[in-house]
Amino acid sequence: MEILKLAIAEHPFGKNLEPRFLKMLAGGAAHVSFKQDQHIFREGEECDFTFLINSGSVAVDIYSPTKGAITIQTLSDGEVLGWSWLVPPFRKHFDARALEVVHAISIKGQYLRDLCEQDHDFGYELLKRFIGVVANRLQKTRLQLIDIYGDN
Amino acid sequence: MIPQLYSVRQIKQETHDTFTLELDPKDGTKTPSFEAGQFNMLYVFGVGEVPISISSDPTAPKYLMHTTREVGIVTKAMRKLKRGDMIGVRGPYGTHWPIEESAGSDIVIVAGGIGLAPLKPALCHLVARRENYGRVVLLYGTRSPNDILFQKELKQWRADFDLEVYVTVDRAIGSWRGNVGVVTTLIPKAPFDPLSSVALICGPEVMMRYTVQELVRRGVNHGKIHISMERNMKCGIGFCGHCQMEASFVCKDGPVFTYGALENIFGKREV
Ligand SMILES: Cc1cc2nc3c(=O)[nH]c(=O)nc-3n(C[C@H](O)[C@H](O)[C@H](O)COP(=O)(O)OP(=O)(O)OC[C@H]3O[C@@H](n4cnc5c(N)ncnc54)[C@H](O)[C@@H]3O)c2cc1C
Ligand code: FES
Repeated sequence: MEILKLAIAEHPFGKNLEPRFLKMLAGGAAHVSFKQDQHIFREGEECDFTFLINSGSVAVDIYSPTKGAITIQTLSDGEVLGWSWLVPPFRKHFDARALEVVHAISIKGQYLRDLCEQDHDFGYELLKRFIGVVANRLQKTRLQLIDIYGDN
Repeated sequence: MIPQLYSVRQIKQETHDTFTLELDPKDGTKTPSFEAGQFNMLYVFGVGEVPISISSDPTAPKYLMHTTREVGIVTKAMRKLKRGDMIGVRGPYGTHWPIEESAGSDIVIVAGGIGLAPLKPALCHLVARRENYGRVVLLYGTRSPNDILFQKELKQWRADFDLEVYVTVDRAIGSWRGNVGVVTTLIPKAPFDPLSSVALICGPEVMMRYTVQELVRRGVNHGKIHISMERNMKCGIGFCGHCQMEASFVCKDGPVFTYGALENIFGKREV
């Protein structure tokens, strides 16, 4: 538990988080690893976890029956993978595949939702952090959509 | 203002829409020297004249190289030239990347799409004088793995010259195991010291705008960020006013500017 608390505090997502919130997060967390090319989750699956990536990189793919896996984003150390734990029906919208060995901290979605309901201060702090992640992704996705290297 | 005649010695297809012309002066004289970041006005006879940056190695200018993306009338006509055909060249014009002035610093280069071509002479200079610089980091973004320019050089710079090269694409299928995402996503984790870094940026203006924001967020000084601007040009030497941006002419006062100098107009509409 102490080790997990420290690990979360060292990840950019957990930076400057109150010790009591760190302790709460660590209560539902675990260290996990994925082998190269292993799927962390697949589109449509009910993988009720969020991952704080410590090392390695992950491809976020959309599967096309004609083209196979189309990678639309890669994530690596210091980033957060997965926020569908926040939004019903809590199913993954993309595939996530380890491009190399990945070490991460997983936190259970149901556990987080319960804590957010019980302790709104914790919930507000957590949502502020997740909104930051989502807004950043949205901004980057918009730049990809306008074909930033093209004739803009 | 009169173009000098050059003959095409070779045309190399770099990607599906980008090619490099290698040119020799027709009169057999030596290829003129130039500074990294400068451009020439290239005249395709009977079609028109366009500004294109020089992409050869300024430390060993054997012949003139221009790497061009086919976008419209002149660049498409340029692609149709054959070995031995003539082309008119005026230049070199404009300001250059501050390479010699930046000795002792870390150098972070951010290129988007065809923007790697105007930066290639700077990279050639840096690898030729590698010992004069700290960390040299190249962050390069393109649409897809098929659009990556100068693949052979990228490998060589990374392997032989201790350049830290990070490439990212907007989307990938198949065997690509590298980064996917816009080039700005590479900046927060790129290994350079923002306080002692000089940044060189070239690419479409929207990409440069977001790149500047990320570099400033990391703490790079506005005066140490250099951007290469593009505007429509006619004379190329500060006479006609075609390329004017407020009080500056891109052809004469640029194309390379410090962000500090452009801060109030960069990214503004209708300048
Ligand atoms: C200082 C300077 C250096 C340059 N260096 C290079 C270089 O090294 N390599 C290179 O390929 N280009 C470079 N350019 C851009 C190049 O000059 C233009 O792409 C060229 O003038 C287009 O001419 P065209 O007749 O082929 O296209 P046009 O017929 O004028 O335009 C056709 C279409 O292409 C679009 N277009 C025009 N210019 C650009 C552009 N710059 N980027 C994207 N789309 C465009 C237009 O919006 C239009 O839709 C540079 C420009 C400047 C000002
Ligand atoms: S192109 Fe004529 S002033 Fe710049």
